Amino acid sequence: MLDIELESLTKKFGDKTVVDDLSLGIEKGELFGLLGPNGAGKTTTIKILCGLLEPTSGAARVGGHDIRTEMHEIRKMIGVCPQEPAYYTFLTGRENVELFGRLHNMPRDLLKEKTDELLETVGLVETASTKAGKYSGGMIRRVNLAMALVNDPAIAFLDEPTVAMDPQTRHATWDFIRGLKARGKTIILTTHYIEEAESLADRVGIIDMGRLIALDTPRSLMKKHSATNLEEVFIKLTGRKIREET
Amino acid sequence: MNAQRILALTGKELRKVYREPALLFMVILFPVMLTVAFGATFGALGGGGDTTYAVGVVNLDHSATPWAAAFKSGISATGMLVVVDYQDNSTAMKDLLQGSIDAVIVIPENFGASIDSFRLNPNNPGAWVNSTVGLSLDKGSMIVSAAVPPVVQRVLSTTIYGDMAVSEPQPVRIGNPTLVASSQLSQFDYMAPGLFAYAAIFITMTVAQAFTSEREQGLLRRIAVTPTTPSEIFTSQILANLATGTLQVAIIYAGARLMGFHALGGAAEVAYAFAIVLLLVVCNIGFGLLTASVVKSSGAATGLSFLFILPQMLLGTFIPALQSVGRFVPSYYVTDALTSIFLRGAPLTSPVVLLDLAVVAAMSVVILIAGILAFSRFGKS
Repeated sequence: MLDIELESLTKKFGDKTVVDDLSLGIEKGELFGLLGPNGAGKTTTIKILCGLLEPTSGAARVGGHDIRTEMHEIRKMIGVCPQEPAYYTFLTGRENVELFGRLHNMPRDLLKEKTDELLETVGLVETASTKAGKYSGGMIRRVNLAMALVNDPAIAFLDEPTVAMDPQTRHATWDFIRGLKARGKTIILTTHYIEEAESLADRVGIIDMGRLIALDTPRSLMKKHSATNLEEVFIKLTGRKIREET
Repeated sequence: MNAQRILALTGKELRKVYREPALLFMVILFPVMLTVAFGATFGALGGGGDTTYAVGVVNLDHSATPWAAAFKSGISATGMLVVVDYQDNSTAMKDLLQGSIDAVIVIPENFGASIDSFRLNPNNPGAWVNSTVGLSLDKGSMIVSAAVPPVVQRVLSTTIYGDMAVSEPQPVRIGNPTLVASSQLSQFDYMAPGLFAYAAIFITMTVAQAFTSEREQGLLRRIAVTPTTPSEIFTSQILANLATGTLQVAIIYAGARLMGFHALGGAAEVAYAFAIVLLLVVCNIGFGLLTASVVKSSGAATGLSFLFILPQMLLGTFIPALQSVGRFVPSYYVTDALTSIFLRGAPLTSPVVLLDLAVVAAMSVVILIAGILAFSRFGKS
């Protein structure tokens, strides 16, 4: 059963086509990796699916709801971890997480339970009462992730969630993301860490210049292109390296 | 609309007020400083800003004893009280009523005889001639009421005992101070109604900064992917700023009274003041949204917000020279209404007061709707 469906999705900014006729389906409970270089259209695609941008043409459904007409229903079931951390510097880490839980209308007891669990998972228990404005870059990334997942979303959009995390926290976050998948969550993960996509994703979609140029499991893609990793796959497809998105 | 989401966002905004020093200064400390500064400069503390009080002294003691003169010299020597001589009590009280002086001291006829009797028989109270110094104070100034009686008592004790240790009983006592409501208004009295509006108009800047900085930091986008609706965001901003505005009005009213603001009226008039200033707060939320709709950064929001702040400040608060053209700004009507109520004693049902309220309410609704529409159309990205 498809949880996310894109049909000829296209987004243009003026004359520039950022997402070009993108079609794909993501199964319920699947962890889907979206790979591509800077400006490939990954973040724009996620923004369209979250309702932050209107598509120029095409259609998409998230959780069975049309993004053009049923966005309010979609917002109830999604969690979005933005690429650029967005948080309130004057609130503590705990308050930031709880605020977004309250915006999802979570019952008080459940909110406390989920907040405690997430702060534990991302390693922020000891600094939960510190104002987020005093957090280091890695801590900000972690609270950014916790804010996205506090509502226990059925569908999670994780846009470069582990950038700037230290290796230990990154691996803990990977375990956490695997845990989400194990609980049947549908996840779209954009990343420039090849290892992350290979390790976590059930399937990977490679986007370049707004177009989907490859779609399969990491193993199948590597086998098909006689490559040892997904970076090599991308080089063979485009002649270029995947560069870090900024 | 969902109450939990609105309360969550309102609480977040209020936390920002007391956790961000710059905002705390703007919202709380600035009105306090403004009120104290204007009160000290133009109000009951004396026109020049020095802490002296004019005290009318009526000397009814025409005996040959030196004590009345010594008492008056002692009052002058405090540096805080300036003696103004009066021949009779009625003239002194008239000047107190007019606000020309802050207090009246009446030295009784038997003042010298009383101290002489004490000096002759310091340990025999039965032989003393008792007398009472009359004291009347300006009821409108809490500072005068609090500060003058102990100073006069100290001077009196020094006059009677010299450098000896003060002990009870004593032959001369000070009568219970009579509080007199002055009918002359100070310059500060005319400014105080404008101060209420003055603080509220800066809400424009705080709202413009709040929306632009949240937009810059990606927080508006982040909230937009939750079930939170735009109307819940706007409602939370309005509630948070109304709470802040209420606190500002309370601070300014208390500060102004402390600094000698002679406000007429009772609880209903004060409630009216809160209501009309809160309408001005709503109006300035609208101006803040209009500002946030057209600027790209919070820095630019600060600058552009003065496009709305300055006209309101210059034309609608306490600068009389320009008030003839003030009818174009909402703060003018707030100041006009509060002046009518607090200084002229106009009833709340008077046409002027009701018209001012109606105009501010209409302006607030129109400007808030314009702000919401503009921000929804142009301000989100």
